[in-house]
Amino acid sequence: MTQADEKQQIAIDATMQSSEHQAWKWYQYFTFNTDHKVIGIQYLVTAFFFYLIGGLMAVAVRMELATPDPDLLDPSLYNAFMTNHGTIMIFLWIVPSAIGGFGNFLIPLMVGARDMAFPKLNAIAFWLNPLAGGLLLLSFLFGGSQSGWTAYPPLSQVTAPIAQSIWILMIALVGTSSILGSLNFVVTILWMKVPSMRWDQLPLFCWAILATSVLALLSTPVLTIGLVLLLFDINFGTSFYKPDAGGNVVLYQHLFWFYSHPAVYLMILPIFGIMSEVIPVHARKPIFGYKAIAYSSLAICLVGLFVWVHHMFTSGTPGWMRMFFTISTLLVAVPTGVKIFGWVATLWAGKIRYTSAMLFAIGLLSMFVMGGLGGVTLGTAPFDLHVHDTYYVVGHFHYVLFGGSVFGIYSGIYHWFPKMTGKLLNEPLGRVHFGLTFIGTHLTFLPMHYLGLQGMPRRVAMYDPQFQSVNQLCTIGAFILGASVIPFTINIVWSWIKGVPAGDNPWNALTLEWTTSSPPLIENWEELPVVTHSPYEYGRDRIKADSVATQAG
Amino acid sequence: MQGSIDVTQSAVSHHEAHPDLRTIGLLTFLISESLMFGALFATYLYLKGSAAQWLPEGTEVELLVPSINTIILISSSFVIHKGDTAIKKNDVKGLRLWYGVTALMGAIFLGGQIYEYLSLGYGLTTNIFANCFYMMTGFHGLHVLIGLLLILGVIWRSRREGHYSKSKHTGVEMAEIYWHFVDVIWIILFTLVYILTAF
Amino acid sequence: MQQIPASLLTLIAGVLITLVSLWVGQHHNLLPEQASQQAPLVDNFFSIMVTIGTALFLIVQGAILIFTIAFRQRKGDETDGEPIEGNFALEIVWTAIPSIIVIGLGIYSVDVYQQMGGFAPVGSHAMISHSHHQSAIAAPLIAQADNKAPDLPTYGLQTNSAGDTKPADVIVNVAAMQYAWLFNYTNPEITAGELHVPIGKEVQLNITGQDVIHSFWVPQFRLKQDALPGLKNELRFVATKLGTYPIVCAELCGSYHGSMRSQVVVETQEAYDQWLKDSQIAQANPPVVVALNPVERSDSEFLAPYAKEIGIIATDLAPLQAHP
Repeated sequence: MTQADEKQQIAIDATMQSSEHQAWKWYQYFTFNTDHKVIGIQYLVTAFFFYLIGGLMAVAVRMELATPDPDLLDPSLYNAFMTNHGTIMIFLWIVPSAIGGFGNFLIPLMVGARDMAFPKLNAIAFWLNPLAGGLLLLSFLFGGSQSGWTAYPPLSQVTAPIAQSIWILMIALVGTSSILGSLNFVVTILWMKVPSMRWDQLPLFCWAILATSVLALLSTPVLTIGLVLLLFDINFGTSFYKPDAGGNVVLYQHLFWFYSHPAVYLMILPIFGIMSEVIPVHARKPIFGYKAIAYSSLAICLVGLFVWVHHMFTSGTPGWMRMFFTISTLLVAVPTGVKIFGWVATLWAGKIRYTSAMLFAIGLLSMFVMGGLGGVTLGTAPFDLHVHDTYYVVGHFHYVLFGGSVFGIYSGIYHWFPKMTGKLLNEPLGRVHFGLTFIGTHLTFLPMHYLGLQGMPRRVAMYDPQFQSVNQLCTIGAFILGASVIPFTINIVWSWIKGVPAGDNPWNALTLEWTTSSPPLIENWEELPVVTHSPYEYGRDRIKADSVATQAG
Repeated sequence: MQGSIDVTQSAVSHHEAHPDLRTIGLLTFLISESLMFGALFATYLYLKGSAAQWLPEGTEVELLVPSINTIILISSSFVIHKGDTAIKKNDVKGLRLWYGVTALMGAIFLGGQIYEYLSLGYGLTTNIFANCFYMMTGFHGLHVLIGLLLILGVIWRSRREGHYSKSKHTGVEMAEIYWHFVDVIWIILFTLVYILTAF
Repeated sequence: MQQIPASLLTLIAGVLITLVSLWVGQHHNLLPEQASQQAPLVDNFFSIMVTIGTALFLIVQGAILIFTIAFRQRKGDETDGEPIEGNFALEIVWTAIPSIIVIGLGIYSVDVYQQMGGFAPVGSHAMISHSHHQSAIAAPLIAQADNKAPDLPTYGLQTNSAGDTKPADVIVNVAAMQYAWLFNYTNPEITAGELHVPIGKEVQLNITGQDVIHSFWVPQFRLKQDALPGLKNELRFVATKLGTYPIVCAELCGSYHGSMRSQVVVETQEAYDQWLKDSQIAQANPPVVVALNPVERSDSEFLAPYAKEIGIIATDLAPLQAHP
């Protein structure tokens, strides 16, 4: 062992021996803490905070859009809210909570390890996020970046340059965090799995995070370069994206979308992993088609690297390229369909509990089908020429990102909050939360498809008055969504402090995280578990999961 | 060799030996880094392909100093490997010698790069080729600097008795792998920027 | 009473779903009117996707709903569900059918795109060279667009799927800038703030951006191409219905992106010719230049004679004026 390892081992032994150190104190959750469980919770809480901020920006945007004229906000401020709403939701809410939050908390527990491969690197990766978030809020002192989360030059070269530069630095920080985190996940999953676990016994959430991490490692560096070149164009006189001086604006789009399309898979693959864990538990049934679901994650990862030009069908792209990417985009729908059918089949002949976790999971299934069907239409170049950059797109991606990713995050929180905190969440309040969210999502985003088809472009503070009544419907929906976080937040805070104790395994689930206490010991287990069965073996005359016996003698 | 916490506490398990996780982590990181350079190379080729004239007016590519630099850098990969071979035979002195020579060669490379920048006659903002040239060689130079610091770090740590040995030399390996990476990237860069434009 | 056999129920459900999907596909009424030759191609394609989508939606959502209710936990039942881990044949079927559907859609996409003119060579049409009668105000901008247009890398779409290199009947250079559209006709030389086209004739637009990226979109034509600085996007179409349709900017171009609109007037050949003539006269006879110090005139006084020719409408100016 290296000296560092020796020191760590001594510290662990000391911790294990002292009885009062079986759990972290509350204030230790605010420090540079290398425990993957603390880091996971830090990610989740920080991300939720930014979700609320991004949500307020969305409410401001929808309030402006209740009328056709720009009568509420200055149009530049509107563009700043619109831009940063998207930026925050993607980079400071969904990615950190789905990957950093759930990934970090669960992966070592699910593979039977005591921590991730590189705990210190893990903590550094987390702390880059609040730093980035702070920077982004700071950029509002300079007007906030206003060129959309896509930041296309030349607009991004000439609009609010200081704020835009800060925005670029912020993305660089979260990108670095993402790469460091992905590094940790790949090494941990591939090399630190407990020896008694076969590859076909690895929980599907782990397969999902593995695919996500590989995708992040391969695509994030390209975005970094695209944005660094933009930063230099804005501040240091280069001309990568200035056509008058030999540059090319379409180049930026290629570099940007090479990352940003896989980015949407980064935002949904971990969620699919959560689905594969939640549904079997709350339906008391094995997952239907384990191998197909595992392989489909890898397929999405691979094919997903070759679809990016479907964001550029109206741009400077030749006809043959538009066709190639139409076909690749249509193909990537197939592995996703495989997963959806697998989950629906998991419900068949189950004993479904209407827990909040399950309601959100089923809601996700329903929402994602709609978002996915819309996505298939968008992937075809001939039709996309009409709806590109319209509210049809806005409707589509909110179905898959909100109805998909956010529903999945909620489902995961309802499912694992007992494990993380040792307390149960209040179920009736959870159902209220679900109802409001379900209705709000449909009301806000379904009419947007019609708006786009009829001629309303996106990213506008003012629009043709013929669209007003539909816009008002969407705004009402947005208010319902805004209200929906209230029962959720109350539930979290109240239950964390005063909730009913959860016990080790309130759901009688079979994955390894449920074989330790809630919250888990700092070292996860006193002795590492030995795996004797797959994590989805429901229905084999087992009523209590702990009769499975996973402790070594 | 474990990277962090020992996993082998289960009485029944048969722990498989695996390479040091830190080396695997570095390799994974370098795969990511190569995509970063890949994006720079793709940018260069895209802009070159869509330009009416390449090289644009006012810029020429000088070949002498960069070619010497290339020879130095490629040779240094062999030199650093000798240092790795040395520590595998418990020869700490040999490690320090060969890593020291590598550090010197790396410093000469960087010096050559700076000399080239100063004598080129065009700056970062002169034209689109200059933009690409300075970005690519600059990013690469930054990585050479980091590699140089890693090598110096290894030499520094080797001062302590027993820190590196036949059985314990992860840091040495990691510095070597990083250095080889920097070398490979340079070969590609040199081909794209210097050879493709000169001939 | 006997239970209806499951297979019969499934058959009835299948027939119903098919009928409903076909009906929805034909009567969804989600799209605006069709005013170009390409619009019906796009709409038929969309309707087929709506049909397939409706069927899939009904099947999957139906299954979710039925299973969620039928297989709910009954009170007091703490047992697990059936230990079903998969069904190879079923999994093959539900992988194969979507694959066939998407491959089919892919092939159909290529066909539709080809009929829309997506593969015909662009930039191969002789640009009729033009003399230099230009409106005083727009001259520098037009010069920019003209000088750049022939040399720029060209992308785009044209109606002529056979790759016919016959030049279009009407060629217009479209310049997009924050926050207006300028249309420079080549023969005769005219600059206008709105697009007029004769019905039934082939029109070619050469679209570029002057400052930032914009996007030229006419919803009723179902056509959109970006206006990119440094590139030319060609868009060829045949308008098939008389009327006035909005030209919408569809790429974020700044704070007033939402106000960046113009219109395309599809008129009879006679009305179009008359409009050309009127515009020519207005441009050919600019007001006599008198040696007045322009500093003494207010902006609106100075611009008044030119505003009408350029086709600027007062409502277009309102959002620009609101912003200091």
